[in-house]
Amino acid sequence: MMNIQLLVDLGSTFTKVVAIDLDAVEIISRTQAPSTVDVDVTIGLREALNKISDAVDMGSLQVKDSLACTSAAGGLRVVSIGLVPELSCEAATRTALGAGAKVIGHYSYELTREEVFEIRELSPDLILLAGGTNGGDKRVITHNAKMLADCRSLESCIVVAGNKAARDDLGEIFKNANQTVRFTQNIMPDIGILNTDPCHKVIRELFLDTIVKAKGIANAKTILGGVLIPTPVAVLTAARLLAAGIEGDGLGELIVIDAGGATTDVHSIAEGSPAEGVVTLGMLPEPYVKRTVEGDLGVRHNMDTLLRLAKERGIPINNNFHEGIEAFSSISALPQNETELNLDMILASVAVEVATERHAGKIEVFYSPAGKILVQHGKDLGNVKCVIGTGGPIVFSAEPGRVLRKALYSAEKPDILKPKHSKLYVDKEYILYAAGLLAQVDPGRALTLMRKYLKEC
Amino acid sequence: MQEQITVITGTVGWDAHVIGTKILSRTLRDAGFKTVELGIKTPPGDFIKAAQETNADVIMISSLYGMAEFDLKGFKEKCIESGIGDTLLYIGGMLAVGKHDFKEVERKFKELGFDRVYPQETDLSEVIQHLKEDLQRKGKRISR
Repeated sequence: MMNIQLLVDLGSTFTKVVAIDLDAVEIISRTQAPSTVDVDVTIGLREALNKISDAVDMGSLQVKDSLACTSAAGGLRVVSIGLVPELSCEAATRTALGAGAKVIGHYSYELTREEVFEIRELSPDLILLAGGTNGGDKRVITHNAKMLADCRSLESCIVVAGNKAARDDLGEIFKNANQTVRFTQNIMPDIGILNTDPCHKVIRELFLDTIVKAKGIANAKTILGGVLIPTPVAVLTAARLLAAGIEGDGLGELIVIDAGGATTDVHSIAEGSPAEGVVTLGMLPEPYVKRTVEGDLGVRHNMDTLLRLAKERGIPINNNFHEGIEAFSSISALPQNETELNLDMILASVAVEVATERHAGKIEVFYSPAGKILVQHGKDLGNVKCVIGTGGPIVFSAEPGRVLRKALYSAEKPDILKPKHSKLYVDKEYILYAAGLLAQVDPGRALTLMRKYLKEC
Repeated sequence: MQEQITVITGTVGWDAHVIGTKILSRTLRDAGFKTVELGIKTPPGDFIKAAQETNADVIMISSLYGMAEFDLKGFKEKCIESGIGDTLLYIGGMLAVGKHDFKEVERKFKELGFDRVYPQETDLSEVIQHLKEDLQRKGKRISR
């Protein structure tokens, strides 16, 4: 009798299930079925589960013990609100990204009526309301809370993570509000400190209890048992585990690049501290686990942007590509011939290159009486030892190594602090999200699984 | 009701030129201001913390080593976030290296959010006069 674990990803396009043999720690089967979130999420889920039970002797395995993540119905859509754009507003955005969110808007200073109207139209799943260090400014967060509470037709969940000195006043303001409101610790308790963990915990709970219900995917819980996390959280969990290992046996600092149809995401698990002789001036410290999402670099949704960027970078663009572009108009389309493969390779390469350039830190030079001063903005990823690629356009590429090399340091742009000597790995079997799910209950096997299936390229 | 006006003084960053800030502090005190002296080599964040704690009306930064612009990037934004966005910000000294056009230096620091910017050689009675005017504009009166 095999010891099996099912891992489920309720995506916006496909519901994927992978079955892992926990004794041998290997993939024994994987299936997928079109997602049916618009109608009833359980239809597609049942279909995918039925397929897997046809393929695998489930024995006494309970589907209820599956672990699942989801990016269906737009993922976790968040609006972040803060006081100063570069401080609490940016802190809120980073915190949301670290919680697996897609940040669909950010606002700073006092909200205007028009902005509140805009937020209502955006209809985010969650609003992260920050502002003020502890003991710092109370006026703006109080104003913004009032504006949100007064908008009765705004139904988003609100997480309040600002100046603790405003907590009681805000409690009063939200007492009779229409929205589900949760209070947590300040994400920026002082200048230069980012405190994301308590806020992440609250977002996770809200996602599970309230947001999946609003999104119409709560029914999945009746089949799958309890826990459902946002897919990016599963990927982040996997990346963090892979870097740390169980007893210091991890790969060390690393980057995971997920090139997708709608966005290209970069995750760095790295200190990113400045090299000797370089100083930082940052307004906000950089998180050890950092995730950025490039909404204009989706290899299906943003082909025009990517081809324009490719041209600017002197990459030759074949005239036959317009056919390929048509073929790729569906987000799940895979390349069918050499032209399309070539096109996909260019799209993915540019997405990887630009997304890592934006994620990595930069060096700025100042001149002083004592000579040059090198100032670092963002994380120095120069010493990162591993770059891991996932997402169709990288995984299915004929030469994933060529695509991933674009994530590395380039002598042409010495001011951008990308990895200098990294090994490159490809997530051939799409195991990262699954390993992240498994890591919640069995980090040891999750690590083994990744070690087995990530291929150096 | 009259209130005692509190001023924070010090040099910022790695600047160790103590004379300017000492004379300034002494002059302010003689003019009846409560003066909180942070002394030399004060990190920008410490000015903010001291201002929060003492509910200061003004922060007066001295800098003679030409690096103040570099030290004070984002200073005003940090003040706003810390709830002291209304605190007056004054700076004086040798604020840039190799730039002799003070107007240009003044423009730069005003852009950074400073209310008053002074060159290296400044008559402190002029500073005190400006301070009184600025406080008055904010509806604050000075007690002695």
